[in-house]
Amino acid sequence: MSQIFRRSTNTFTRATIFGAVFMLGLTVWAIDRLSRSDYVTRATQAREQPVPFSHAHHVGGLGVDCQYCHTSVEISSYANIPPTKTCMNCHSQIWSTSPTLEPVRASYRTNQSIRWTKVNDLPDFVYFNHSIHVNKGVGCESCHGRVDRMPLTYQVNSLQMEWCLNCHRNPEKYVRPREFITTMGYQPAGDQEEIGRKLVAEYKIQNARALTSCSTCHR
Amino acid sequence: MRTKLTLGGLALSLAVLSACRQDMHDQPKYVPLRPSDFFADGRSARPIAEGTVARGHLNDDKLFYTGKGADGRPSQEFPMPVTKALLLRGEQRYNIYCTPCHDRTGNGNGMIVRRGYRRPPTYHSDRLRQQPNGYLYDVITNGFGAMPDYAAQVQPADRWAIVAYIRALQLSQQASINDVPPEARNQLGGAK
Repeated sequence: MSQIFRRSTNTFTRATIFGAVFMLGLTVWAIDRLSRSDYVTRATQAREQPVPFSHAHHVGGLGVDCQYCHTSVEISSYANIPPTKTCMNCHSQIWSTSPTLEPVRASYRTNQSIRWTKVNDLPDFVYFNHSIHVNKGVGCESCHGRVDRMPLTYQVNSLQMEWCLNCHRNPEKYVRPREFITTMGYQPAGDQEEIGRKLVAEYKIQNARALTSCSTCHR
Repeated sequence: MRTKLTLGGLALSLAVLSACRQDMHDQPKYVPLRPSDFFADGRSARPIAEGTVARGHLNDDKLFYTGKGADGRPSQEFPMPVTKALLLRGEQRYNIYCTPCHDRTGNGNGMIVRRGYRRPPTYHSDRLRQQPNGYLYDVITNGFGAMPDYAAQVQPADRWAIVAYIRALQLSQQASINDVPPEARNQLGGAK
């Protein structure tokens, strides 16, 4: 009776056993990359909206300040989506017959809210507060990116915890003077770390130990 | 052998899939602006029951909340001292909420006007220079003509800050070099 396995099978077996280590490594690496990818975090993907609202037009083109619509950002945990009334401040006279804006006018007539799709959606176990960030010198742009260049709004950053911690560990790398909070394309007047350290002291931003404590964001 | 493999595969896929549960991410609770299936209007935020006065919101300071004096007419009084901090706050708020139409100088040639909105009158007419402060406050609160009200967007204290800043703008267009303190005049070099 002849041998079932050929001699070369020995080499093949060794190669696969040895290779399995790499295969496993590759799988772990792939999962790691995937979990951080834009596909999973939904960063850079424009979301469908009932009205194709363009921040590029309103902010970049017309120069409307973020707070004209997002009025509660300084004083509350959330930066409100404006009520339809705010849209109608201008659109009662401008583009007042545009079919694209019909859902806005319908909402104003019927007093039914427009169901906007949330773009930057944190998990419900994160108690994020806009006002504390804005008042301590974190600019809109630092998290939301160049909104003034977004024809349709999309999330820029992963919003994953490691991304939050980048700043909570080293706030001096990101903070800016309060008067530039809503500035898009802010350039620090000098060395960011030097200005940042000064601002961290001036705004009494807590140390990294307090900022990275679990209960700072999770309760 | 085959069953073992199937079981192993099942266990593995369970382990992987369990990470996809989003129950903690999307908890059945209301956060601001989250829609509701329970209420007829689809909103989780509920209107205040009529006649309710929240603690500290009796708003009985007539001058502060309406801009009107005891006689019911627009008051010239400010309900707070006009300080530099108030003016700076007013400048910031003015630049956010008013400049789209009134522009940064108050001439009424803002970006939205250039795009077709009815042009507001300039602040620098005799008529508007002589209106009492309470009148400007009332216009911000209730709107006037084509101007919508800003009651929801600008809180009362900020409305007064804006009124103070509009007064400063009006002054700035009528000022002479003698109004500028001598030590501050060299800061005007940039203006041409």
